Amino acid sequence: MAEGIKDKVAIIGMGCTKFGERWDMSANRLMVEAFLEALEDAGIEKKDINAAWSGTCYEEVSVGKSAIPLSVTLKLPYIPATRVENFCATGSEALRGACYGVASGAFDIALAVGVEKLKDTGYGGLPQTDTQVGTSFRFAFPNYTPPGMFAMMGTRYFAQYGLSPEEGKRVLAHITVKSHHNGAMNPKAHLRREVTIDEVVNAPIVAWPLGLFDCCGVSDGAAAAIVCRADIAKKFRPDPVYVKALQIAASSGWEIMCCEWDYAHVESTVHASRRAYKEAGIKDPRKEISMMEVHDCFSITELTIYEDLGISPRGRAKVDVEAGFYDLNGTIPCQPDGGLKCFGHPIGASGLRMMYEMYKQLQGKAGPRQIKNPKYGLTHNMGGIPPMNVVSVCIVGL
Amino acid sequence: MVGITSYGAYIPLYRIQRMTIYQALGWLNPASLLPGEKAVANYDEDSLTMAVAAAVDCLNGMEREEIDGLFFATTTLPYKERQNAGIIATALDLRADARTSDFTASLKSGTGALISAYDAVKSGSAKSVLVCAADCRLGKPGGYQEEIYGDGAAALLLGNNDVIASIEGTYSLSYDFSDNWRSDEDKFNRTWEDRWIRDEGYGKFIPEAISGLMKKYDLKPKDIAKVVYPCLYIGAHASMGKGLGFEKGQIQDHLFTFIGNTGTAYPLMILVAALEDAKPGDKIIVASYGNGSDAILLQVTDNIKKLKERRGIKKHLASKKDIGLYEKYVTFREVLPIDTGGRGEEVAPTQMTILWRERKWLLGLRGSKCRRCGTPQYPPQEICANPKCGAVKEMDDYRFSDKRGRLFTYTGDILAFSPSPPAIYGMVDFEGGGRWMFDLIDCELDSLKVGMPVEMSFRRKFHDLSRRLYVYFWKATPIRA
Repeated sequence: MAEGIKDKVAIIGMGCTKFGERWDMSANRLMVEAFLEALEDAGIEKKDINAAWSGTCYEEVSVGKSAIPLSVTLKLPYIPATRVENFCATGSEALRGACYGVASGAFDIALAVGVEKLKDTGYGGLPQTDTQVGTSFRFAFPNYTPPGMFAMMGTRYFAQYGLSPEEGKRVLAHITVKSHHNGAMNPKAHLRREVTIDEVVNAPIVAWPLGLFDCCGVSDGAAAAIVCRADIAKKFRPDPVYVKALQIAASSGWEIMCCEWDYAHVESTVHASRRAYKEAGIKDPRKEISMMEVHDCFSITELTIYEDLGISPRGRAKVDVEAGFYDLNGTIPCQPDGGLKCFGHPIGASGLRMMYEMYKQLQGKAGPRQIKNPKYGLTHNMGGIPPMNVVSVCIVGL
Repeated sequence: MVGITSYGAYIPLYRIQRMTIYQALGWLNPASLLPGEKAVANYDEDSLTMAVAAAVDCLNGMEREEIDGLFFATTTLPYKERQNAGIIATALDLRADARTSDFTASLKSGTGALISAYDAVKSGSAKSVLVCAADCRLGKPGGYQEEIYGDGAAALLLGNNDVIASIEGTYSLSYDFSDNWRSDEDKFNRTWEDRWIRDEGYGKFIPEAISGLMKKYDLKPKDIAKVVYPCLYIGAHASMGKGLGFEKGQIQDHLFTFIGNTGTAYPLMILVAALEDAKPGDKIIVASYGNGSDAILLQVTDNIKKLKERRGIKKHLASKKDIGLYEKYVTFREVLPIDTGGRGEEVAPTQMTILWRERKWLLGLRGSKCRRCGTPQYPPQEICANPKCGAVKEMDDYRFSDKRGRLFTYTGDILAFSPSPPAIYGMVDFEGGGRWMFDLIDCELDSLKVGMPVEMSFRRKFHDLSRRLYVYFWKATPIRA
């Protein structure tokens, strides 16, 4: 394995808008809001930025294609700018572009911005773009939605580990209740109401066996990060956050074509996380990771991520969930900011939003949600569907 | 000897009780109530998909490479221009040099296609021709036609090897009798007065054709085991057979109170029912009705005993589900313009270039099978999908449409648009290997189980309204009967 980028890049500034149904805000204005916060946080001037990466997924209801909208909106003339897109892992891709750019020595300071404006479609859920799996595949794919694709993981997980739908749904409800508890304390979160197990299991079904509360918020929002060479980071602030690992894995699709894959886990997460642990020098993630923000687009996704990351044993995440292992006061708090579930999920912004929470926690600025003395924070950002996807795992620390 | 070498049928799963229609619209036309029920297509079925289903039932594992032609008869063509038989042939994965034709515009076009196929085989220009007939007609809400029209299909394979029922002769009548018509501007059929239809058309042409045939071949009613003809009026159907000198037991049940009048497919569906009970040596007469009549004489051979079991009429009749609501029926047939919601309105442009280029896997459900590791895979791959193999361009064609599978996982999705929510879909593991995700149809969410067996069914995938295109694909269904 190549030597990687451990401790070569530091995050010195971050910004994140309030997520939610921002009816009065365009994607461009959301971008400005996140960018200005990051710029102020870093204490740099706009002219100090050498390059920029823009992450946005659904150009149909957002700023459009290319990085030009970023340069135009933020007025960043003539610097290298690139748009990246990797479904729901888009935000992490923007950050990866900026970090790799700096680590390569091409730039001293780089910007990553992720934005999505989902609430301009006129209906609930994500935009219906049936060509997003390709213009040919579209004719051979079911008329699916993301809840349905992940619901099938629930059906399969329950069958594989012998849980009745009722038992399974109660386990998943624990995850949701925990994230709502955290999100309720977060002023920037979209959904800020505590819920009970009974409310969750009795909610209307969206895609069997997943109910309304098993699904994350569909939100507008933007987040931004400013990264620089690690050796100059302390010139800007005393508490920069260092990138320990940044890995991404894309599946080859054998999962959807060959009969071996179990649809009860996401293989890309296994690969991305193992490479990230190696890059960061982590031997036992269950003992060494202090906290994490994972891609909880649906409750079942979060349950399986615990296992795919190698933190809970296979088929045993239920035990950890019920023991409060992932609660805010647990051993490895997961989704301290409310997660996609409650903070919301403006696609292009989510990977950077996860990092925003890890960054604030490491700096001790998470207010009532502050975790005691965190050492390593992990973000896990997944794009696509369980049988065909891309997963990014990033580890940061002081 | 030339004749039928195999038969198949298709009756959609749904039935509507005629009382259900009457309860909804009987106030409009109190005289319209008829007994029984009729078969109604699901929202994703039309005459073309039902023809494919009947053909699959008829082929029943036979070699498709040996079929030289496919004739499709219907009055409800999905396309006025774009050969419908060509779509069926592609879905069935027939050879490109198999000749295809649409027979249309009259309810006797089913028997017309059968006679043409017989002539083709007899002349030696084809060895084997598949005839499919299907209809899915619409009567205006509240009218008599709505009560009588049913949906269904039949398929007959004509050839000169292993004939199960030889065709011994034909007799045709053609009259421009406009009892029933639909112009190119019409969605629904229009008709003239019933008494005139019954007494001057239906009641005369069928007897004229049947007696003409019997005279031509010097037959007496007692020589005939079964006489088959469509039902338009229950009373007239019975008296017509009696008038021709047939005993009640010689008249094949018309199925009118079970499936309705299924148009071009109707006489052929009743013929399939007759063949299901036929014995070697039986003579059968089948006659159609529509702008005249075709009458065909068949003689059953010993080979009928060797025919593999299939669903045919009997099993399809027994496998049914009450649609329950009249409103559901008119929604499925796009008679009631429902609110699809914003999500249902979003249909991306359909690219004909793609449908052509990728036709073998998008219409024919053909994948590939790796010569090196033996893994079947869908869609067809150039580089083997098996991560342990990865062979490059070592693939053979592999047909999935005739393979059964097991439901590996599934969901019922309320968010996705469906005319019959929830949208049910799942992952299918095929017997022999290979998996893909498919819509599931003709099932209820509660009846599904991980691991249950499923089979493939050719359906409309979506209706691209702005370009007036029906796009077809395969869906999975629980094994029917």
